[in-house]
Amino acid sequence: MPVSLANSKLIYETLKECDIRLVSALPETWLVHLIRLTDEDPEMTLVRLAKEEEAVGISAGAHLAGVKSAMLMQNHGFMASINGIVSFAHLYKIPLLMLISYRGTFGERDPWQTQGGNVTEPLLRALAIPYFFLDGVESVKKRIRHAQTLAESSLQPVAVLLTRDLMWEE
Amino acid sequence: MLRLNCLRSVYSELENCLVVTIMGAVAAELHSLGHRPNFFYLQHAMGLASSTGLGLALCLPEQSVIVFDGDGSLLMNLGSLSTMARYRPRNLVHVVFDNESLLSVGGFPTATSTGTDLEGIARAAGVPQAVTVRSVENFKTAVSEAMHGNELTTIIAKVEAIGPSGYITDLSLLENRFQFRRHIQSLKKP
Repeated sequence: MPVSLANSKLIYETLKECDIRLVSALPETWLVHLIRLTDEDPEMTLVRLAKEEEAVGISAGAHLAGVKSAMLMQNHGFMASINGIVSFAHLYKIPLLMLISYRGTFGERDPWQTQGGNVTEPLLRALAIPYFFLDGVESVKKRIRHAQTLAESSLQPVAVLLTRDLMWEE
Repeated sequence: MLRLNCLRSVYSELENCLVVTIMGAVAAELHSLGHRPNFFYLQHAMGLASSTGLGLALCLPEQSVIVFDGDGSLLMNLGSLSTMARYRPRNLVHVVFDNESLLSVGGFPTATSTGTDLEGIARAAGVPQAVTVRSVENFKTAVSEAMHGNELTTIIAKVEAIGPSGYITDLSLLENRFQFRRHIQSLKKP
Protein backbone atom coordinates (compact mmCIF):
# COMPACT_ATOMS: atom_id res chain seq x y z
CA MET A 1 0.00 0.00 0.00
CA PRO A 2 1.51 3.32 -1.01
CA VAL A 3 0.49 5.13 2.16
CA SER A 4 3.74 6.53 3.55
CA LEU A 5 4.80 4.54 6.59
CA ALA A 6 7.77 6.81 7.27
CA ASN A 7 5.64 9.94 7.31
CA SER A 8 2.91 8.26 9.33
CA LYS A 9 5.57 7.38 11.90
CA LEU A 10 6.80 10.95 11.92
CA ILE A 11 3.28 12.23 12.63
CA TYR A 12 2.77 9.60 15.30
CA GLU A 13 6.06 10.43 17.05
CA THR A 14 5.05 14.07 17.12
CA LEU A 15 1.70 13.25 18.72
CA LYS A 16 3.56 11.35 21.41
CA GLU A 17 5.95 14.26 21.95
CA CYS A 18 2.92 16.51 22.34
CA ASP A 19 1.74 14.33 25.26
CA ILE A 20 -1.26 13.05 23.34
CA ARG A 21 -2.49 10.01 25.25
CA LEU A 22 -5.87 9.36 23.63
CA VAL A 23 -6.60 9.15 19.91
CA SER A 24 -10.03 8.58 18.46
CA ALA A 25 -10.27 7.44 14.88
CA LEU A 26 -12.36 6.18 12.06
CA PRO A 27 -10.38 4.25 9.46
CA GLU A 28 -9.58 5.77 6.11
CA THR A 29 -6.88 4.65 3.69
CA TRP A 30 -4.37 7.38 4.45
CA LEU A 31 -4.73 6.83 8.20
CA VAL A 32 -4.14 3.07 8.35
CA HIS A 33 -0.56 3.25 9.62
CA LEU A 34 -1.38 5.99 12.12
CA ILE A 35 -4.25 3.95 13.53
CA ARG A 36 -2.15 0.80 13.72
CA LEU A 37 0.71 2.63 15.46
CA THR A 38 -1.77 4.00 17.99
CA ASP A 39 -3.30 0.59 18.55
CA GLU A 40 0.07 -1.08 19.12
CA ASP A 41 1.28 1.50 21.66
CA PRO A 42 0.47 0.50 25.25
CA GLU A 43 0.90 4.12 26.37
CA MET A 44 -1.90 5.28 24.07
CA THR A 45 -5.65 4.79 24.27
CA LEU A 46 -7.23 4.25 20.85
CA VAL A 47 -10.98 4.72 20.54
CA ARG A 48 -12.37 3.28 17.32
CA LEU A 49 -15.55 5.15 16.49
CA ALA A 50 -18.80 4.34 14.75
CA LYS A 51 -19.07 7.93 13.51
CA GLU A 52 -16.68 10.84 13.76
CA GLU A 53 -18.94 13.17 15.73
CA GLU A 54 -18.53 10.87 18.74
CA ALA A 55 -14.90 11.97 18.82
CA VAL A 56 -15.91 15.51 19.79
CA GLY A 57 -17.58 14.20 22.93
CA ILE A 58 -14.76 11.78 23.70
CA SER A 59 -12.08 14.45 23.28
CA ALA A 60 -14.15 16.87 25.36
CA GLY A 61 -14.35 14.25 28.11
CA ALA A 62 -10.60 13.74 27.87
CA HIS A 63 -9.95 17.48 28.09
CA LEU A 64 -12.20 17.84 31.12
CA ALA A 65 -10.30 14.90 32.62
CA GLY A 66 -6.99 16.67 31.96
CA VAL A 67 -5.81 14.32 29.21
CA LYS A 68 -4.55 15.56 25.84
CA SER A 69 -6.15 13.91 22.84
CA ALA A 70 -6.23 14.00 19.06
CA MET A 71 -8.80 13.06 16.43
CA LEU A 72 -7.96 11.18 13.22
CA MET A 73 -10.55 11.49 10.51
CA GLN A 74 -11.14 11.98 6.82
CA ASN A 75 -12.51 15.32 5.62
CA HIS A 76 -15.89 13.65 5.18
CA GLY A 77 -15.69 12.68 8.84
CA PHE A 78 -15.01 16.29 9.71
CA MET A 79 -18.20 17.17 7.88
CA ALA A 80 -20.07 14.53 9.88
CA SER A 81 -18.78 16.17 13.09
CA ILE A 82 -19.81 19.75 12.47
CA ASN A 83 -22.77 19.94 14.83
CA GLY A 84 -20.63 18.56 17.63
CA ILE A 85 -17.87 21.04 16.83
CA VAL A 86 -20.24 24.01 16.90
CA SER A 87 -22.59 23.02 19.69
CA PHE A 88 -20.00 21.48 21.99
CA ALA A 89 -16.41 22.45 21.19
CA HIS A 90 -17.17 26.04 20.21
CA LEU A 91 -19.99 26.54 22.69
CA TYR A 92 -17.99 25.22 25.65
CA LYS A 93 -14.53 26.31 24.49
CA ILE A 94 -13.06 22.83 24.17
CA PRO A 95 -9.65 22.47 22.47
CA LEU A 96 -9.61 19.85 19.70
CA LEU A 97 -6.61 18.76 17.68
CA MET A 98 -8.13 17.43 14.46
CA LEU A 99 -5.87 15.60 11.99
CA ILE A 100 -7.91 15.46 8.81
CA SER A 101 -6.90 13.56 5.69
CA TYR A 102 -7.56 15.93 2.83
CA ARG A 103 -9.13 13.75 0.18
CA GLY A 104 -10.67 14.85 -3.09
CA THR A 105 -8.13 17.45 -4.17
CA PHE A 106 -5.49 17.55 -6.94
CA GLY A 107 -4.39 14.02 -7.78
CA GLU A 108 -7.54 12.34 -6.44
CA ARG A 109 -8.56 9.32 -8.52
CA ASP A 110 -11.63 8.24 -6.51
CA PRO A 111 -14.62 10.09 -7.96
CA TRP A 112 -16.57 9.73 -4.69
CA GLN A 113 -14.06 11.82 -2.77
CA THR A 114 -14.11 14.83 -5.03
CA GLN A 115 -17.09 16.81 -3.74
CA GLY A 116 -15.71 16.72 -0.20
CA GLY A 117 -12.41 18.05 -1.46
CA ASN A 118 -14.15 21.07 -2.92
CA VAL A 119 -15.80 22.17 0.30
CA THR A 120 -13.37 21.27 3.07
CA GLU A 121 -11.52 24.56 3.28
CA PRO A 122 -14.62 26.72 2.71
CA LEU A 123 -16.27 24.88 5.62
CA LEU A 124 -13.25 25.33 7.89
CA ARG A 125 -13.22 29.04 7.08
CA ALA A 126 -16.98 29.36 7.59
CA LEU A 127 -16.56 27.79 11.04
CA ALA A 128 -13.56 30.04 11.81
CA ILE A 129 -11.47 26.97 12.53
CA PRO A 130 -7.76 27.74 12.17
CA TYR A 131 -6.10 25.24 9.82
CA PHE A 132 -2.78 24.50 8.24
CA PHE A 133 -1.39 21.83 5.91
CA LEU A 134 1.00 18.99 6.56
CA ASP A 135 2.70 18.82 3.19
CA GLY A 136 6.43 18.43 3.78
CA VAL A 137 8.51 16.20 6.03
CA GLU A 138 10.59 19.06 7.39
CA SER A 139 7.61 20.98 8.80
CA VAL A 140 5.50 18.14 10.24
CA LYS A 141 6.75 18.33 13.82
CA LYS A 142 6.59 22.08 14.09
CA ARG A 143 3.13 22.40 12.55
CA ILE A 144 1.52 19.73 14.72
CA ARG A 145 3.13 21.24 17.81
CA HIS A 146 1.97 24.70 16.82
CA ALA A 147 -1.55 23.47 16.12
CA GLN A 148 -1.76 21.91 19.56
CA THR A 149 -0.35 25.03 21.19
CA LEU A 150 -3.01 27.17 19.55
CA ALA A 151 -5.82 24.74 20.38
CA GLU A 152 -4.80 24.77 24.05
CA SER A 153 -4.24 28.51 24.33
CA SER A 154 -7.39 29.50 22.46
CA LEU A 155 -9.55 26.64 23.77
CA GLN A 156 -10.97 25.90 20.36
CA PRO A 157 -10.78 23.29 17.59
CA VAL A 158 -7.77 23.49 15.29
CA ALA A 159 -7.37 21.47 12.08
CA VAL A 160 -4.28 20.03 10.46
CA LEU A 161 -4.90 18.88 6.89
CA LEU A 162 -2.92 15.80 5.92
CA THR A 163 -2.12 16.16 2.22
CA ARG A 164 -1.43 13.70 -0.57
CA ASP A 165 2.12 15.03 -0.87
CA LEU A 166 2.89 13.81 2.64
CA MET A 167 0.69 10.73 3.00
CA TRP A 168 0.89 9.02 -0.39
CA GLU A 169 3.88 7.53 -2.19
CA GLU A 170 3.42 6.91 -5.89
CA MET B 1 -42.68 7.65 37.06
CA LEU B 2 -41.35 11.20 37.11
CA ARG B 3 -37.77 11.96 36.09
CA LEU B 4 -37.44 14.46 38.92
CA ASN B 5 -38.33 11.80 41.49
CA CYS B 6 -35.79 9.43 39.94
CA LEU B 7 -33.07 12.07 40.16
CA ARG B 8 -34.06 12.92 43.73
CA SER B 9 -33.85 9.25 44.73
CA VAL B 10 -30.17 8.99 43.70
CA TYR B 11 -29.07 12.58 44.34
CA SER B 12 -27.11 11.76 47.49
CA GLU B 13 -25.27 8.96 45.65
CA LEU B 14 -24.03 11.37 43.01
CA GLU B 15 -21.75 13.22 45.38
CA ASN B 16 -18.64 11.23 44.58
CA CYS B 17 -19.28 10.64 40.86
CA LEU B 18 -18.68 12.68 37.78
CA VAL B 19 -22.10 13.41 36.33
CA VAL B 20 -22.86 14.35 32.71
CA THR B 21 -26.40 15.25 31.66
CA ILE B 22 -28.09 16.06 28.38
CA MET B 23 -29.86 19.36 27.78
CA GLY B 24 -33.41 20.35 28.56
CA ALA B 25 -35.46 18.84 31.35
CA VAL B 26 -32.73 16.52 32.65
CA ALA B 27 -30.27 19.38 33.15
CA ALA B 28 -32.85 21.74 34.61
CA GLU B 29 -34.25 19.18 37.03
CA LEU B 30 -30.88 17.98 38.31
CA HIS B 31 -29.82 21.60 38.72
CA SER B 32 -33.04 22.33 40.63
CA LEU B 33 -32.10 19.71 43.22
CA GLY B 34 -28.88 21.59 43.92
CA HIS B 35 -25.88 22.12 41.68
CA ARG B 36 -22.57 20.55 42.58
CA PRO B 37 -19.16 21.10 40.96
CA ASN B 38 -19.08 17.47 39.78
CA PHE B 39 -22.15 17.99 37.54
CA PHE B 40 -21.64 18.88 33.87
CA TYR B 41 -24.72 19.81 31.85
CA LEU B 42 -24.22 19.40 28.11
CA GLN B 43 -26.74 22.01 26.99
CA HIS B 44 -26.58 21.16 23.29
CA ALA B 45 -24.75 18.72 20.99
CA MET B 46 -27.51 16.14 21.28
CA GLY B 47 -26.13 12.62 21.34
CA LEU B 48 -22.71 13.44 22.73
CA ALA B 49 -23.38 13.14 26.47
CA SER B 50 -22.66 9.40 26.31
CA SER B 51 -19.49 10.03 24.27
CA THR B 52 -18.37 12.59 26.85
CA GLY B 53 -18.97 10.09 29.62
CA LEU B 54 -16.95 7.51 27.69
CA GLY B 55 -14.04 9.93 27.32
CA LEU B 56 -14.12 10.74 31.04
CA ALA B 57 -14.42 7.09 32.06
CA LEU B 58 -11.51 5.98 29.86
CA CYS B 59 -9.26 8.80 31.07
CA LEU B 60 -10.18 8.46 34.75
CA PRO B 61 -10.53 4.72 35.37
CA GLU B 62 -10.60 5.14 39.16
CA GLN B 63 -13.46 7.60 39.00
CA SER B 64 -17.12 6.65 38.84
CA VAL B 65 -18.89 8.36 35.91
CA ILE B 66 -22.65 8.53 35.38
CA VAL B 67 -24.40 9.88 32.29
CA PHE B 68 -28.04 10.99 32.32
CA ASP B 69 -29.06 10.59 28.69
CA GLY B 70 -32.46 10.71 26.99
CA ASP B 71 -34.23 8.73 24.31
CA GLY B 72 -34.13 11.58 21.78
CA SER B 73 -30.44 12.21 22.36
CA LEU B 74 -29.43 8.55 22.30
CA LEU B 75 -31.40 7.92 19.11
CA MET B 76 -29.25 10.61 17.47
CA ASN B 77 -26.07 8.70 18.34
CA LEU B 78 -26.93 5.01 18.60
CA GLY B 79 -23.40 4.20 17.46
CA SER B 80 -22.26 5.45 20.86
CA LEU B 81 -23.70 2.28 22.40
CA SER B 82 -21.44 0.14 20.21
CA THR B 83 -18.41 2.31 21.01
CA MET B 84 -19.12 2.20 24.75
CA ALA B 85 -19.63 -1.56 24.57
CA ARG B 86 -16.40 -1.99 22.64
CA TYR B 87 -14.30 -0.37 25.37
CA ARG B 88 -16.63 -1.40 28.18
CA PRO B 89 -15.40 0.93 30.92
CA ARG B 90 -16.38 -0.61 34.23
CA ASN B 91 -16.68 2.80 35.86
CA LEU B 92 -19.43 4.08 33.54
CA VAL B 93 -23.15 4.03 34.24
CA HIS B 94 -25.39 5.12 31.38
CA VAL B 95 -28.90 6.13 32.41
CA VAL B 96 -31.42 6.90 29.66
CA PHE B 97 -34.59 8.73 30.65
CA ASP B 98 -37.04 7.49 28.05
CA ASN B 99 -40.15 9.66 27.88
CA GLU B 100 -40.82 8.62 24.26
CA SER B 101 -40.76 12.28 23.38
CA LEU B 102 -38.65 15.25 22.31
CA LEU B 103 -40.15 17.12 25.22
CA SER B 104 -38.20 20.36 25.23
CA VAL B 105 -39.07 21.17 21.62
CA GLY B 106 -42.78 20.55 21.96
CA GLY B 107 -43.26 16.90 22.78
CA PHE B 108 -42.86 15.26 19.40
CA PRO B 109 -42.96 11.46 19.79
CA THR B 110 -39.68 9.57 19.27
CA ALA B 111 -39.31 6.07 17.86
CA THR B 112 -39.47 4.56 21.35
CA SER B 113 -43.16 5.56 21.31
CA THR B 114 -43.71 3.20 18.39
CA GLY B 115 -41.80 0.24 19.75
CA THR B 116 -38.06 0.89 19.50
CA ASP B 117 -36.50 -0.88 22.48
CA LEU B 118 -33.41 0.92 23.75
CA GLU B 119 -32.61 -1.80 26.28
CA GLY B 120 -32.64 -4.33 23.46
CA ILE B 121 -30.44 -2.11 21.30
CA ALA B 122 -27.96 -1.58 24.14
CA ARG B 123 -27.78 -5.31 24.81
CA ALA B 124 -27.41 -6.17 21.15
CA ALA B 125 -24.68 -3.53 20.84
CA GLY B 126 -22.74 -5.47 23.46
CA VAL B 127 -23.41 -3.45 26.62
CA PRO B 128 -22.92 -6.16 29.27
CA GLN B 129 -25.68 -5.00 31.62
CA ALA B 130 -28.89 -3.43 30.34
CA VAL B 131 -32.13 -3.09 32.22
CA THR B 132 -35.44 -1.21 31.95
CA VAL B 133 -37.08 0.21 35.08
CA ARG B 134 -40.54 1.67 35.58
CA SER B 135 -40.66 2.64 39.26
CA VAL B 136 -38.58 5.03 41.35
CA GLU B 137 -37.75 2.24 43.77
CA ASN B 138 -36.43 0.03 40.96
CA PHE B 139 -34.60 2.98 39.45
CA LYS B 140 -32.80 3.71 42.69
CA THR B 141 -31.84 0.07 43.13
CA ALA B 142 -30.65 -0.26 39.52
CA VAL B 143 -28.46 2.86 39.73
CA SER B 144 -27.01 1.84 43.07
CA GLU B 145 -26.22 -1.66 41.83
CA ALA B 146 -24.68 -0.32 38.64
CA MET B 147 -22.51 2.14 40.54
CA HIS B 148 -21.13 -0.64 42.70
CA GLY B 149 -21.32 -3.40 40.10
CA ASN B 150 -18.01 -2.79 38.33
CA GLU B 151 -19.54 -3.31 34.91
CA LEU B 152 -20.72 -0.99 32.12
CA THR B 153 -24.47 -0.66 32.56
CA THR B 154 -27.24 1.01 30.57
CA ILE B 155 -30.42 1.69 32.53
CA ILE B 156 -33.54 2.65 30.57
CA ALA B 157 -35.88 4.56 32.87
CA LYS B 158 -39.37 4.89 31.43
CA VAL B 159 -40.62 8.28 32.61
CA GLU B 160 -43.57 10.53 31.90
CA ALA B 161 -43.22 13.29 29.31
CA ILE B 162 -43.45 16.01 31.93
CA GLY B 163 -40.75 18.54 32.64
CA PRO B 164 -40.09 21.85 34.35
CA SER B 165 -41.64 25.09 33.12
CA GLY B 166 -38.29 26.42 31.89
CA TYR B 167 -34.88 25.14 31.00
CA ILE B 168 -32.51 28.06 31.54
CA THR B 169 -30.64 28.05 34.83
CA ASP B 170 -28.51 30.75 36.42
CA LEU B 171 -25.35 28.74 35.75
CA SER B 172 -23.59 29.85 32.60
CA LEU B 173 -22.34 27.15 30.28
CA LEU B 174 -18.72 28.21 30.51
CA GLU B 175 -18.81 28.63 34.28
CA ASN B 176 -20.10 25.07 34.54
CA ARG B 177 -17.43 23.76 32.17
CA PHE B 178 -14.47 25.42 33.91
CA GLN B 179 -15.77 24.56 37.37
CA PHE B 180 -16.21 20.91 36.37
CA ARG B 181 -12.66 20.66 35.00
CA ARG B 182 -11.20 22.35 38.07
CA HIS B 183 -13.14 19.93 40.25
CA ILE B 184 -11.54 16.98 38.44
CA GLN B 185 -8.10 18.55 38.79
CA SER B 186 -8.69 18.93 42.53
CA LEU B 187 -9.42 15.19 42.78
CA LYS B 188 -5.95 14.41 41.44
CA LYS B 189 -4.10 16.37 44.09
CA PRO B 190 -2.62 14.09 46.76
